[in-house]
Amino acid sequence: MSKIIVQGEAQGTVLKTTSPINFLGAVDKKTGMIRDKKYDIFEKSIKNTILVFPHGIGSSVGAYTIYSLKSHQSAPLAMICQKADLTVASGCALANIPMIVVSNEEFDSIQDGNHIIIDTKSEKIFN
Amino acid sequence: MELTSEEKAALNGEHGDTLQTAYRILVATGEATNAEKLIPIKWAHLSGVNYNTIGDSGEEFLRELSKDARVKVKATVNPMGIDFDHISEFNHIDDEFIKKQASISDSYIRMGVEPTFSCTPYDIFDLPEKNTQVSFAESNAAIFANSLGGLKTNKESAFSALASAITGKSPYSDLRKDDMTIPMTIRMKMDNPNELDFGMLGFFAGKVGDTSVNISGVSQPNRRSCKALCGGMGTSGTCAKFQFVDSEDEKSEKVDFGKEEMNEIYDELNTAEKGDLITLGSPQLGLEEISDLSKMLNGKSFQKRCMIFCSRAVQEQARSLDYTNEIERAGGEILSDCCTCLTPLIDTDETDAVTTNSIKGAYYLKNSTGVNVNLKPLSKIIEDETK
Repeated sequence: MSKIIVQGEAQGTVLKTTSPINFLGAVDKKTGMIRDKKYDIFEKSIKNTILVFPHGIGSSVGAYTIYSLKSHQSAPLAMICQKADLTVASGCALANIPMIVVSNEEFDSIQDGNHIIIDTKSEKIFN
Repeated sequence: MELTSEEKAALNGEHGDTLQTAYRILVATGEATNAEKLIPIKWAHLSGVNYNTIGDSGEEFLRELSKDARVKVKATVNPMGIDFDHISEFNHIDDEFIKKQASISDSYIRMGVEPTFSCTPYDIFDLPEKNTQVSFAESNAAIFANSLGGLKTNKESAFSALASAITGKSPYSDLRKDDMTIPMTIRMKMDNPNELDFGMLGFFAGKVGDTSVNISGVSQPNRRSCKALCGGMGTSGTCAKFQFVDSEDEKSEKVDFGKEEMNEIYDELNTAEKGDLITLGSPQLGLEEISDLSKMLNGKSFQKRCMIFCSRAVQEQARSLDYTNEIERAGGEILSDCCTCLTPLIDTDETDAVTTNSIKGAYYLKNSTGVNVNLKPLSKIIEDETK
């Protein structure tokens, strides 16, 4: 495991996209649905998934989108990124969503639909 | 990240819940940006003000936080969703929105924030001396501060800037250092670019660049185009700084921005042949842009609704200099404290498509408001939409 940004444990099914996510523009803040057609996960929900994506982009207010998702019980269980950005890191910190940054090799090895367990205390991801 | 004993105590909750939350955010963002410590900052510019963007959970969070959180440094805020002076002209704004928006505004004021409601703090205040460390959340403002304002900031998030405002500190990340190297050069291949082209250049640079980019092949344009560049760049990526360069550094990666790259972005964001109304201002217009607009109108009138967004401070200056007379005579509606992005003033029941010269505005009109967009530079808007 490369780097822990927000501590925690989670297990669930991976939803993976290779597109960076603009949380304010692309994610419905109540339901977690992806509403931007440009995404390969268009019309899928990030609710209760292990969301695997390169990094966040765009508006700084995306952090509130992450907090709103958590308040509506529509947040991902955990987030795994290739690169940490301040919007996702701070949104996860406030919403208590475990967040880790992994190497490019680890990122590539995680497949959409995988069931994984994350435990930041033991610094492990189990496939 | 190394914390002082005082910072550790705050992180452990010894100075209350508010500071604990603030330090938890600063530590996560510090880890995310490989910062080794926290440093003092002089000014925080906060985002997360429009009820349409932060929703009920954001409104509740700020209401709770403002019970005891107080800002420690100068703090300014982004636009709201509406201009309270003009609500009556927009009959579809519901009471719930007005109530929640007022609550958000009150929470920020209670925390000691200056109620600027502007995404262009650099147009309102004299900037502090060069190399001053600040924390700007609004993406176009952070990019402007780093690239044109001589200041230093991370591309802060709404929460990291809020945590900075409350603690007076921010992670000492690469963007705050003097010796950062810029690994990529975007080569501008388009001749005589207008502000729409600069917005698309920014959108492209944000997509391909990482933290910072050089731009070659073009010199620093006028303020309208500079702001369009900052707005476009902030929308599409993580890039937080650019600099115009005359000669290209051998070691940096080169990426061309030509007709093909531009057309691709234009096709992504331009989805309508014409708009039902016009919006100018994302980022909000500054005094120079208002003055330009009044001169360009030169006796002609808008043939459809045209909303012109600027900060209240700029509107007051423009009024005292009489720039607003010509714009209002032409039928332009000057609105403050809000902007194109996610404003409920634009309603999908009444509007199918919007004409604008803003790439940032286009992205959020299309993806968040849910309307189509007709993109044109200001000169073409005046030519096509006024008589």
